[in-house]
Amino acid sequence: MKKIVLDEKAIDRALARIAHEILERNKGSEKLVILGIPTRGYHLALRLRKEIEEIEGVQLPTGAVDATLYRDDLGIKKDQPSLKRMEIPISIDGRKIIMVDDVLFTGRTIRAAMNALMDFGRPLAIQLAVLVDRGHRELPIKADYVGKNIPTSLKEGVKVHLIETDGMNEVIVEAPDAKG
Amino acid sequence: MRLKRKDLLGIAELERDELELLLSTAESFKEVSEREIKKVPTLRGRTIINLFYEASTRTRTSFEIAAKRMSADCINISVSTSSVVKGETLRDTAKNLEAMRPDCIVVRHSCSGTPAMLSRYLACPVVNAGDGAHEHPSQALLDMLTVKERLGGIDGIKISIIGDITHSRVARSNIYGFTKMGAEVTVAGPPTMLPPGIEKLGCRATTSMEDAIRGADVLMMLRIQSERQAEPLFPSVREYSRLYGLDEARLRAAKKDVLILHPGPINRGVEISPEVADGPYSLILDQVTNGVAVRMAIFYLLLGGAKEGLQEGVKA
Repeated sequence: MKKIVLDEKAIDRALARIAHEILERNKGSEKLVILGIPTRGYHLALRLRKEIEEIEGVQLPTGAVDATLYRDDLGIKKDQPSLKRMEIPISIDGRKIIMVDDVLFTGRTIRAAMNALMDFGRPLAIQLAVLVDRGHRELPIKADYVGKNIPTSLKEGVKVHLIETDGMNEVIVEAPDAKG
Repeated sequence: MRLKRKDLLGIAELERDELELLLSTAESFKEVSEREIKKVPTLRGRTIINLFYEASTRTRTSFEIAAKRMSADCINISVSTSSVVKGETLRDTAKNLEAMRPDCIVVRHSCSGTPAMLSRYLACPVVNAGDGAHEHPSQALLDMLTVKERLGGIDGIKISIIGDITHSRVARSNIYGFTKMGAEVTVAGPPTMLPPGIEKLGCRATTSMEDAIRGADVLMMLRIQSERQAEPLFPSVREYSRLYGLDEARLRAAKKDVLILHPGPINRGVEISPEVADGPYSLILDQVTNGVAVRMAIFYLLLGGAKEGLQEGVKA
């Protein structure tokens, strides 16, 4: 069984709101850099840049931070995860980093991404924006901006589909019996 | 995606999707070497041993830098300073090293098949860093990466490998690699340096340098390896250079924007003139840069994953 929890309009609205929240909380766009976690987090980062450009008229430096080489399960998983791209557009020293991902779950990816970022410099702050927070954190990590909180059971799957990667915009929750 | 094997012994046994995985992984690893802090924690706590029975600067340093940029501990053993001089056999050396629990052994040896033999004795992955006239897989991978980067792909390109094909493990690995990736491969050299039957590997052979140069997208010049020639294979170095060396005059017959590769170390003025080696078409130093990324990819793909996976590959 699968249920659409966010449709295209709802995703757009959530991103527009997050863009406003980012600007409100940081009192403008000064020193901000948006970095998405590939693959879908990166596309969400590009969308957030566009939203912020429409509000403030500035195009923020935007890039990708790949956490793969910093993961804590590399010796545990059977297959090595494939590497994505790392693209840090400018020096992050003294910048406020808005890190973007599609789903916040255990928090382990965010931990790895933060470690990756620290190898590139010393940001003034890192803030986390996610489209969906599905709960079940295994590390003390919390998002600063959340598109939608979706309480889930561990058996359920949360999938974000974006037009850039999946041909449609929606967030679905899959119950275990829908597998296959 | 994963490699379907415990060891990297040669390109011959790799499938095209494995080559593509290695190349795309290497492309991602290039970025690490561009950083100010050139290190990722991926192989923290892993130990890699470089066991070199033959001289090497580039390859050994490249494997070592690759290991260190991934936070692995890397130990270099060269034969002149090891127990081999006391008469220890290769197998005993390897078993003793294994008793210290390394996670990977990189081996270079003048005898073809040495890495394959070691891989049967050792539970850890073995990487071939060049064995006799057999294979040099990491070199072929870095050559393919360099070409792919410049031309956008390998499928359908024309590459000519020129020099001592008989004694060249670089040539052999590259013939396997480039043909598997869909390139048209020509090998060229004097008849004494072209092994009979080389066409069976899927390439074309010619003794004409002009023929090899004409229409090629990539020219790969091989080093004249005097150390591997029991007796001279050509009358004089000058004659070889005149007939098969690449200089600016020869280059005029080549395709515009031809790419020139050389595995190094180069013999300036023998197989390649200094003007060409240092010229605008030469990718020799790009090859060296890409070598580190390719070796990082090899370590990443061979050393990662759950331990049970490795055990499956143990044969003896």
